[in-house]
Amino acid sequence: MNFWNDPVAFIADWLSGIFAGWGMPEFWSNLLVFAIGIFVLIAAIMVVDIFLVWIERKVVARFQDRLGPNRLGPYGLIQPFADIIKLLIKEDITPRTADKVVYNLAPILSMSSVLILWAIIPLAPLAWGVDLNVGVLYLVAAGAIGALSIIMAGWASDNKYALLGAFRQVATMISYEIPMVAALLIPVMLAGTMSMQGIVEAQTFGEPGVWFILVAPLAALIFAISSIAELGRSPFDLNEAESELVSGYHIEYSGMKFGMFYAGELLHAFTFGGFWGILFFGGYSVFGLETLPGLQWLSSPFIAVFMILVKALVGYWIIMWVKYTVPRIRIDHMLAFNWKILVPLSFTLIMLVAVLNKLLLGYGTLVYVAGMFLANVLLAIVTIMILGAYARRQRLAEEAALQIPARAAGD
Amino acid sequence: MPNPWVFIGLFIIIAAIIPIGAIVVALILGPKKPNPIKQSTYECGLETVGDSLVQFKAQYYVFALAFLIFDVEAVFLFPWAIAMNKMPLYVALEGVIFIVILVAGLVYTWRKGALEWV
Repeated sequence: MNFWNDPVAFIADWLSGIFAGWGMPEFWSNLLVFAIGIFVLIAAIMVVDIFLVWIERKVVARFQDRLGPNRLGPYGLIQPFADIIKLLIKEDITPRTADKVVYNLAPILSMSSVLILWAIIPLAPLAWGVDLNVGVLYLVAAGAIGALSIIMAGWASDNKYALLGAFRQVATMISYEIPMVAALLIPVMLAGTMSMQGIVEAQTFGEPGVWFILVAPLAALIFAISSIAELGRSPFDLNEAESELVSGYHIEYSGMKFGMFYAGELLHAFTFGGFWGILFFGGYSVFGLETLPGLQWLSSPFIAVFMILVKALVGYWIIMWVKYTVPRIRIDHMLAFNWKILVPLSFTLIMLVAVLNKLLLGYGTLVYVAGMFLANVLLAIVTIMILGAYARRQRLAEEAALQIPARAAGD
Repeated sequence: MPNPWVFIGLFIIIAAIIPIGAIVVALILGPKKPNPIKQSTYECGLETVGDSLVQFKAQYYVFALAFLIFDVEAVFLFPWAIAMNKMPLYVALEGVIFIVILVAGLVYTWRKGALEWV
């Protein structure tokens, strides 16, 4: 065992050696090594989070043809630290009529619900973290706590707008959780395990050994849409619709408590970018290159951590791209889109993948991957055709009702 | 690693301590000058009229009921999905029948008009 192949176990052994030297019982020294590892991991995530604020502001500026923060330090890199100092010395204003306990608990829950998701993210084959055998269920459960914190904030603020934002968040969460869980079933089905490590390994060393985006592109798309809805980001950001609800659930929060909501939201998006990478884009694997002879050194934990961060950043970029491009949609449209399109589509997809997975597995990798990919694409095309036919009928019915003659071709 | 849930428990405790710490530091450093206007409910400068805890739309309740059915069903589908690789084709077909019954429930809800936002 050396530092390059397994740095975490190397440092953990070194630390437990030191603690054993102090005469500490093994149980407590193990626990202390755990605690130090977790603290280092969370501190690293918080540093990433600080830079996410800078990335978000810089990218939105570019989307809107502005420069973004560029005064403090090179490219405005010190701007987020200035923001933190400002948040720290702001006055904390609590509304008189607020429910104090729930009001103060909500921002803490908002941040920690995102941080606990990092307990199951496999950063590298052997790096620190935990390989739960119910990892996917843990992801769904911990993801829902973030929505719970929004509901708590909206309820406890004692403000009509905050409460309306919370109602909308409840509706979004309970609706979009169903296609999300259904889309998560497909990687679980293909990998045959719910552990995140197992899903990543199945995409590199498994039976077909390809990224699940190739086998189930439609599941990846459904998961992407429903996770954006679950995050409450645009086009599904009805819980904080600025133009109608002032700023939604965090209207009464100021200073560091607001900062917790803001940073938690950005980190949540980044984390879900990471989960896209893990579930559909091979996690920490370097495009499967490390299975080739002569390239074994690519499976080093350092390269793996770099790969997973790059994949999470790409996912985060896509979430930002959608956020700053697509306008906000109405709540009835949002719910109809979920219950009438995504839910039937995701269940049809589960049935299709379950049967095809059994039928095609005997015919070699190429036939299997091509068959699955084409089946997904075909299902997507059929869905779009049904939607197009429905929309055309709707439009014709509306035009007939308004007594407007049908437009001439080429008009 | 003895038990992964010990790790998760420690992780949750430390993940709660760090935001609490940040908020407590902000409380110590920030000024404290409360006054009645500042602490009133913020509604774009208008006085709040009536109770803040407005009634919610009954429609949310129907969606919550539909959600409950599908979420319980997910608990049944996960073991099926895990065992899929080791099972013959008819197990997949049994799962398909299970999902078809569920989708029939969705169709019934749809036809009854419970999915319309009124």
